[in-house]
Amino acid sequence: MAERHVVRLTVNGESVERLVEPRKTLADFLRQDVELTGTHLGCEHGVCGACTVLLDGDPVRSCLLFAVQADGARVGTVEGLAHDGLHPIQEAFHDHFALQCGYCTPGMLMTVHDLLQRSPSPTREEIRKALAGNICRCTGYHAIVDAVEAAAARLRAAPPREAAR
Amino acid sequence: MATSGTRPRAVGRPVKRVEDGRLLAGQGRFVDDLHLPRMVHAAFVRSPHAHARVRHVSVSRALALPGVVAVLTADEAARLCHPWRGILTDYVGMKTALQYPLALDKVRYVGEPVVAVAAADRYVAEDACDLVEVEYETLPAVVDPEAAMRPGTPLIHEELGDNVIYRGGFDKGEVDQAFARAHRVYRDRFVVGRQTCVALEPRSLVAAYEPREGSLSVWISSQVPHMMQAIFARILGLPEQKIRVVAPDVGGSFGLKIHCYSDDVAACLLAMRLGRPVKWIADRLESFATDIHCREHLVDVEAAVSADGTVLGLRSRAITGVGPWSCYPRSSVVEGNQVIRLLTGPYRIRNYKAELNVVAQNKALMSQYRAVGHPIASMVMESMLDRAARDLQLDPVEIRRRNLVRRDELPYTTAFGYVFESGSYLESLELALDKGGYARWREEQARGRREGRHLGIGLSCFIELTAPGSFYGSGGAPISAQDSATVRVEPGGTVTALIGVTNQGQGAHTAFAQIIADQLGVSVEDVNVMSGDTALVPYGGGTSGSRGAVLGAGASILACRAVAEKVRRIAGHLLEAAPDDVELRDGKVSVRGAPDRSLTLADIGFRVYYQSDKLPRDLEPSLEATAHYTPARPITWANGVHMVVVEVDVETGLVKILRYVTVEDCGPMINPALVAEQVRGAVVQGIGSTLYEHVVYDAEGQLLTRTLMDYLVPGAAEMPDIEVHHLETPSPFTLGGFKGIAEAGTAGAPGAILNAVNDALAPFGVRLTRQPITPDLIRSALRQAPALNRDGRR
Repeated sequence: MAERHVVRLTVNGESVERLVEPRKTLADFLRQDVELTGTHLGCEHGVCGACTVLLDGDPVRSCLLFAVQADGARVGTVEGLAHDGLHPIQEAFHDHFALQCGYCTPGMLMTVHDLLQRSPSPTREEIRKALAGNICRCTGYHAIVDAVEAAAARLRAAPPREAAR
Repeated sequence: MATSGTRPRAVGRPVKRVEDGRLLAGQGRFVDDLHLPRMVHAAFVRSPHAHARVRHVSVSRALALPGVVAVLTADEAARLCHPWRGILTDYVGMKTALQYPLALDKVRYVGEPVVAVAAADRYVAEDACDLVEVEYETLPAVVDPEAAMRPGTPLIHEELGDNVIYRGGFDKGEVDQAFARAHRVYRDRFVVGRQTCVALEPRSLVAAYEPREGSLSVWISSQVPHMMQAIFARILGLPEQKIRVVAPDVGGSFGLKIHCYSDDVAACLLAMRLGRPVKWIADRLESFATDIHCREHLVDVEAAVSADGTVLGLRSRAITGVGPWSCYPRSSVVEGNQVIRLLTGPYRIRNYKAELNVVAQNKALMSQYRAVGHPIASMVMESMLDRAARDLQLDPVEIRRRNLVRRDELPYTTAFGYVFESGSYLESLELALDKGGYARWREEQARGRREGRHLGIGLSCFIELTAPGSFYGSGGAPISAQDSATVRVEPGGTVTALIGVTNQGQGAHTAFAQIIADQLGVSVEDVNVMSGDTALVPYGGGTSGSRGAVLGAGASILACRAVAEKVRRIAGHLLEAAPDDVELRDGKVSVRGAPDRSLTLADIGFRVYYQSDKLPRDLEPSLEATAHYTPARPITWANGVHMVVVEVDVETGLVKILRYVTVEDCGPMINPALVAEQVRGAVVQGIGSTLYEHVVYDAEGQLLTRTLMDYLVPGAAEMPDIEVHHLETPSPFTLGGFKGIAEAGTAGAPGAILNAVNDALAPFGVRLTRQPITPDLIRSALRQAPALNRDGRR
């Protein structure tokens, strides 16, 4: 059995300290050790995007990182998007039927959150490019693109108090 | 009736989904989110070979690894359960071998489970798998379906005598005469590659056994909890009442999660042996290797066509390779059968002869994926129509107009024997042409050709087999033809509904809440729908065959009618009115024409649940009813038309979709937004089938497509916006007139896209009959093109 290491980080603003094996992925760490199961695993090889979280503000594949690599970092997950209720991006997904089974949705939301921070008025083409690393098997993407357009408009009109870190 | 009132009807409106809040907040409850005390994790040693004898297995080093709690070998697994066989008895003459949880004497496909391990966590379980030693003696692999049929080919199951699982067909009308009087006969071979479902949530299971009770609870990512209860009972030798199967949130399924998988059975056996909960979650490699595959077909077709474009007759000969076993319990012969049966589509073709061979091979098992058989049948027919149209110098629209079944011909019986009772075949085509701007795109295409751009326009007119009321049960499979609903008015006047149909993202809970709200005159928010738990809901068939909306709605309507009748009788007593004069609307129960004489459902709930002693003895103190529903006809046919415009880059071979327009007719829509999203999602899966998705094995049966980088699924960047239009032709035979919709998009896309690509490539004299249409396929066809001919005819 491999030696365990202390990992200290913040997840959605809360300090977390756990003892983990070096081979444990950040995704498994979040799901099993921190018990935040909103981050989903679809491929465990970095293609599907379901496990996307924010690491020090940047979107990353939590299945391709070890928990020990996130030592000292700020991690943001879907559970931290809104303090209470829903974030405007989440509301837009609801309004536009932009989810079906909901399995890809957390990763999709984190990617969109990052996109709209960098680019507040993306075109449909730009939205589609930004979502290229998040596979949705249910919707066909059209409704997701609609939702992102609507969320962008909403965020331009009234930026929320930022929750995800 | 209960549906009238001042509150607008919920049915027919794009009511927002009741399922969304939790899922958006990361609070979904998928199987892998479940953690039970003392739970251990399963992993499997899997075959690296397509075909090999298992000479020796040694597990001692694995057992010695700290953290390992059990290692299950094939012999032990076989002793602990009853094997299963994927036969449907109504396919006369079909044969397949018994299947066991773990490979006994031979392995027959790459990824087949050989040994199961349970350990403290998945990491350790996989370490232990690496320590299991298996000695194989490799055998020649049977990979090619045509070769599998040839005498002298190695046998996958020696005891069966050959590799043919099923041989079938039919000969209807006067086929030879039709060919004798044809103006032209067109012959082609269509080759459709293997695919798989790729639900983003992999197959997942937690099994917990209580030895003192002899009870097994299984949380499984499944479309069919009652079917799983029945097959676990048969295989594990437990009585049904001791098995509870729960399908919590399910992350997509598309036909993937309706089968008996050997690793699922092995995980249950581990749980039973250990008396500890066992979690088993497939990883993506295991998904590619062991999820059911679909769509490996060769179709040779001949079409006899008159000078005016009338299709006089057809012959088809289909071969499909389905892996080593026919899948249990739905079998692996249905897709091939649907290919030949559905081939005539919505067209008036009276003379048709078809032959089918379903063969075994050393690849993963094949069974039902979204739109079973439809995409292949439709693609073949639509491509043949375009070929005939081009040769006869007819517009592709015109040849379809001449052959589509007209409304005044309904009910129409197809050559095979399907009966179309209602539909809008020509009307859908005209609407698609209008909305899609067909004439304008033809002009754009001509302009593009002058400028060196290669645009193509493709059409497909299709039928969709939905809501089968009888299908697998007639072949002996424990698969319900009926579905069910329990509807209960709670003491406070709100409504709980327990539905046999399940939800994998379709928005089923929303749709049924809309129906129930209208039936009982309450708001959608006052209805809570639950499903997916055999301990909770009445017996149901889950989802498959686009049955959920039709059967779930039917059962819900019947249950609501029974509840409303109870409410009316009790309210009639309390309001001193005849029950027939009592109506339910806006959450109130009142005497017709006297709105001041009214009660709320909460008033009635209080009387029934807490003061039933004061009700007359002949009034049952109940506000609950369970109803079961089977559609009156074996199949409810939906239909639609797709029009697609593509641009082909003849240098790179890339296909870009410029416009995608669909017309769908699923009868009255319960929720048009849910319908549109079912269509869009299904279209994109159809686009994936046609352009990208391909499970590839090499000549030795080694699986080459093992990651999402090798097996391409459609991404947001390549997909177009998809315009969805509706016609609503009610079924005369279902409650509410509803028809299914979930598979239509997947059925229609391949034909439309293949035709569009071929239309674009016609000036080069190129016509493709293979799927997926990869850039390589296009470029190599262009390299071999006979000549450049700008009007597109040879």
